[in-house]
Amino acid sequence: MKKVFPLVLLAALAVFPLIGMSSYVMHLVILAIMWSMAGMAWNLLGGYCGQVSFGHAAFFGVGAYSAGIMQIHFQASPWWGMLLGIPAVAIMALCMGLVVLRLRGPYFVLATLAIGEVMRITAENMVGVTQGTLGIMIQRTWVDKQEYYYIILSMAVATFLIVKLLAESRWGYYFVAIREDQDAAESLGINTTLYKTIALTVSAVITGLAGSFYMNYMGYIDPQVVFSLGEISILMIMVVMVGGVATYLGPIVGAAIMVLMAEVFRTLPYVGTAYQTLFGILLIVIIIFLPNGLVGDWPKIKRMFAKGGQS
Amino acid sequence: MWSQIEVFMQTFISGVLLGGLYALIGIGMTLILGVMKIINLTHGQVMMVAMYVAFWLFDLYHIDPYVSLFIAPPLIFLLGVGMQKTLINPVLRVESILPHNQVILTVGIGMVLQNLATIFFTSNYRSTPVDYATDAWYLSDYWENAPLELSLSFPWTVSFLLSVAITVALWFFLARTDTGKSIRATAQDGDAARIMGVNVSAMRVITFGLGSALVAAAGCLFMPIYYLFPALGSQFTLIAFVITILGGLGSTMGAIMGGLILGVFESMTATYIGMGWAPVGRFVVFIATLVFLPGGVASLLKRRAVSK
Repeated sequence: MKKVFPLVLLAALAVFPLIGMSSYVMHLVILAIMWSMAGMAWNLLGGYCGQVSFGHAAFFGVGAYSAGIMQIHFQASPWWGMLLGIPAVAIMALCMGLVVLRLRGPYFVLATLAIGEVMRITAENMVGVTQGTLGIMIQRTWVDKQEYYYIILSMAVATFLIVKLLAESRWGYYFVAIREDQDAAESLGINTTLYKTIALTVSAVITGLAGSFYMNYMGYIDPQVVFSLGEISILMIMVVMVGGVATYLGPIVGAAIMVLMAEVFRTLPYVGTAYQTLFGILLIVIIIFLPNGLVGDWPKIKRMFAKGGQS
Repeated sequence: MWSQIEVFMQTFISGVLLGGLYALIGIGMTLILGVMKIINLTHGQVMMVAMYVAFWLFDLYHIDPYVSLFIAPPLIFLLGVGMQKTLINPVLRVESILPHNQVILTVGIGMVLQNLATIFFTSNYRSTPVDYATDAWYLSDYWENAPLELSLSFPWTVSFLLSVAITVALWFFLARTDTGKSIRATAQDGDAARIMGVNVSAMRVITFGLGSALVAAAGCLFMPIYYLFPALGSQFTLIAFVITILGGLGSTMGAIMGGLILGVFESMTATYIGMGWAPVGRFVVFIATLVFLPGGVASLLKRRAVSK
């Protein structure tokens, strides 16, 4: 059952657009898939390698901006930006890794947070390149959602496979060893800096791709949106925390829940504008009661309900 | 030539005044960090709540923000104690894969505080229009035909002096009283302190409250000179953290130095590079400290003490 589930899910997702859902539902599903892709990327670094990053918006934003800049400065299709974004984000991740990967625990958390914010402020101030707070608006390639749907779905499937492949390879075990005890890993001859850099770069590139897709799909970005701490970096963490840290399916479950909840909360009266309150409460509840997320703590949840049924 | 020096001096003075307030924010953070060994990423949001308390006291009852200094911090102390007891303590005991759950938890608390403020108070910018807001002392009033014209804003100076007074009082509390000594013992070595009969868990609760009360005091001092809006918190959380890193984790003296350095540095970036870049300057300081001086200013102080 467990082995077949991803395939069943994939098959269901592949035929999903054919049943003719409204474009609003399609939009939500596309967002959920995009977030699960970003969540899987974060999970590689945060979940397996144990390096909690609060700055993934930096990669997301650079990916999005490389697509946008391609269009406004070179009149090339923004899809080329997706290709350009790969080396751009990779170089950035390598440079960033040089500094931040020497740091551990809380220092790492805050260094990444700082870099995310620095990128946002830089993008706001470098008006010549990024058009500042005005943002970048581009013409979307297709009016229909279906093309975008299959593009993001194939990207997400590729990400899933890459993460699975990496996590089950020798490198994956190195990552987990680093998460559990970096000094012990180092003493066993694992080049911790190298493997942390690998995890960071792969995670960054995937996040950047998700960012480029966002630009292509939404057609509009500005620094407040794509470099946002609350809407991108923290949402990415929440996707993984809610779904399950260091699980394959966790980010998918988390993304589905978060996107749905965001939509539902936004329609509530009064609370609408501040739906993040409820996100915050959700995060607190998850951390206190289900620290390993819905998928990670699934046995615990099942036991809870089984007990409830008996008494 | 003189005007250049004048601008520089004026920038320096406002930097020091700002730094005094930053120091107070930093001390609260560093206390919590030293004793609880967790990063409190909701520090700025707590300050924002305190500022709203001060604002509403002014708006509804015309209580001066400086008088709120005696009302808001005790309230925020209770808020801090409540947060520590109900939210943070349970998480410290939970087993999980990720070691940084408390950090993420404080981010969650910060989100809740900030967005509750948005719901209840809207995201309008607020300020307390006190009568003395634009009062200032000018150098030329005291020294005629002085080559430089420097000014000292009245509310900024009062806030700075009050912040110094609070810092001195805190130093007295930590160095002389029994509770203060227990807090410092817990910060040095929790297990050893427990063996010596210190009620470590009570000390943790008190410290979290105290740290929150300190930042609340800073909030009241900021109220007459700053404007207030719900998203202000996250900005100050980052400032508090940069100060803590710059000063050295858990070092009170370091936090004071770090606050002053950051205040002057930000003031200089704002004057010479541009207002928008001030936050970037802040993070440059942060990254540079982590790379070149990982122990912060405290490690320099310590090195000097050892070489003596």
